[in-house]
Amino acid sequence: MIKSYKLQRGITSAVYHVFTLMFAFVMIYPVLWMVFSSFKNSDEILRTAENLFPAQWNLTNYATGWRGFAGYGFNLFFRNSFVIAGLSTVGAVLSSAIVAYGFARCRFKAKGLWFACMLLSMMLPFQVIMIPQYILFNTLGWIGSYLPIILPQYFGQGFFIFLNLQFIKGIPIDLDEAAKIDGCNIYTIFIRIIIPLIKPSLVTSAIFSFMWKWDDFLGALIYLSDPARYPVSYALKMFSDPTAGSDWGAMFAMATLSLLPIFLIFLTMQKYLVEGIASTGIKG
Amino acid sequence: MRRGTIAPKKSFSQVMNREGVAGYILILPFIIGFLSFIALPMLMSFGFSFTRYNILQSPVFIGLENYINMLTADPKFLKTFGVTLYYVVFSVPMRLIMALFVAMLLVRSTKLSGFYRAVYYLPSIIGSSVAVAILWRRIFASDGVLNALLQSVGIPSTKAWLGSQDTAIWTLIILAVWQFGSSMLIFLSGLKQIPVALYESATIDGANGVQRFFKITLPMLTPTIFFNLINQLITGFMAFTQSYIITQGKPRDSTLFYTYYMYQNSFTYNKLGYGCAMAWFMTLFVGLLTLLLFRTQNKWVYYESGR
Repeated sequence: MIKSYKLQRGITSAVYHVFTLMFAFVMIYPVLWMVFSSFKNSDEILRTAENLFPAQWNLTNYATGWRGFAGYGFNLFFRNSFVIAGLSTVGAVLSSAIVAYGFARCRFKAKGLWFACMLLSMMLPFQVIMIPQYILFNTLGWIGSYLPIILPQYFGQGFFIFLNLQFIKGIPIDLDEAAKIDGCNIYTIFIRIIIPLIKPSLVTSAIFSFMWKWDDFLGALIYLSDPARYPVSYALKMFSDPTAGSDWGAMFAMATLSLLPIFLIFLTMQKYLVEGIASTGIKG
Repeated sequence: MRRGTIAPKKSFSQVMNREGVAGYILILPFIIGFLSFIALPMLMSFGFSFTRYNILQSPVFIGLENYINMLTADPKFLKTFGVTLYYVVFSVPMRLIMALFVAMLLVRSTKLSGFYRAVYYLPSIIGSSVAVAILWRRIFASDGVLNALLQSVGIPSTKAWLGSQDTAIWTLIILAVWQFGSSMLIFLSGLKQIPVALYESATIDGANGVQRFFKITLPMLTPTIFFNLINQLITGFMAFTQSYIITQGKPRDSTLFYTYYMYQNSFTYNKLGYGCAMAWFMTLFVGLLTLLLFRTQNKWVYYESGR
């Protein structure tokens, strides 16, 4: 009796794993196909699209792709992306933490109103304000520079404010009181007590900010025109335009490389990502 | 602090440390950012929506003409609105169902749970990138991966999925559904919060799996579903990159998304006033829709007492 029960459980579990694995394989097949195709010869990609693995592995696509287009190599585009995503992330994380602390620990006039504005800024999609923002930045003469893409990040981002806010609210106020007795003021409490305790939410905001800005394409499309300033995402789009010739091998090689930083973050920081999404419902 | 009627002059640091002042100092970055990068542009765009404006010449006030033209004289406007609506109506529910299905699959904890979660979540992380958009063009090309795979299992197919009006939009819907990962994670954490006791007592009362799903799981998840639905409706209506890179709105505008047409009007045709009117129309539409959904909330969203 016990034996057959065990057997039945074993079968159920095997069926479960086979199904889950197969379905997972179907889901990531496109990505696998792209990564493996980046090692194929360009004509092989078109000729035998049904094959996953290359007949012969070679790295020529990477060498060709890396040279880029219009005289600019992908080394430059990668550097641009790191500058944009890096500077944006620093600004978004710091400013959001400060603003969140203000909302979490201080009572002030019209707090409700500003909090509502914060929620509104969270819900409002960029597409809705992109045209007037363009007009605004055009008046300021910022078109063509990174300022319109990076600067707004330094004024707090709704999602990250919200994320930090939830975290700070979880910290017992007694800690603040104790620090106050020890001679801390509102600002030094933030630096000495709160910052060290909200490291997880800071890391989560940093990860999301970096990934979103790394992926961001619309900002570059609207504000940048000089190829020397293109980030990887936009360069890849230009690189893939039919006029640039359809070297699918080189395209997939650069596409794979463009995903690499995100993939590495995903692998090493998965815990933070999962918790961040589960606790705030941020989209990934 | 006050002695008698004469308040002692407060030092700078004392003022700075008053809670009401400190609060404003701390949220000052947000206030500045909100006013200059959100409130001001929104107001500007509201004003420009009543003008004819091409960045080079100063705007000319034309009253409601943009809005009237939009609804009566621009068939492309209605077309793109329809295309976007079609995309949202199919991709949002399908993505939610997919997310819930996979979450139900992964709620069972095994040694491989972490691995499964990572694999199923991956598409959602990279799905909105340019890299995947380029990949999508190759998958659904007439000599692409999908047709090659179909042929290798004996189904002769040379359909240009991206080139036909009836299928092109579906390649974009599939891409959206494929990115079910974040919703899946949210569902997963929602599922884990449902008390096991509920299932146990239902089983004792003779409820089968299907009944348990519809009578316990689904009702308990409605707050999560509601939250996801609102979030994804907003992102769905704003879809742009996919249409811009994968199909360029082709064929015959069958994948021309609303925001893409708005972008064309503003930056290609230099009709910024019209673009602003379109942005406001969509903001109002999505805002009203959200409001309506909130109104229906008490009809179908179940909140546990005390929450």
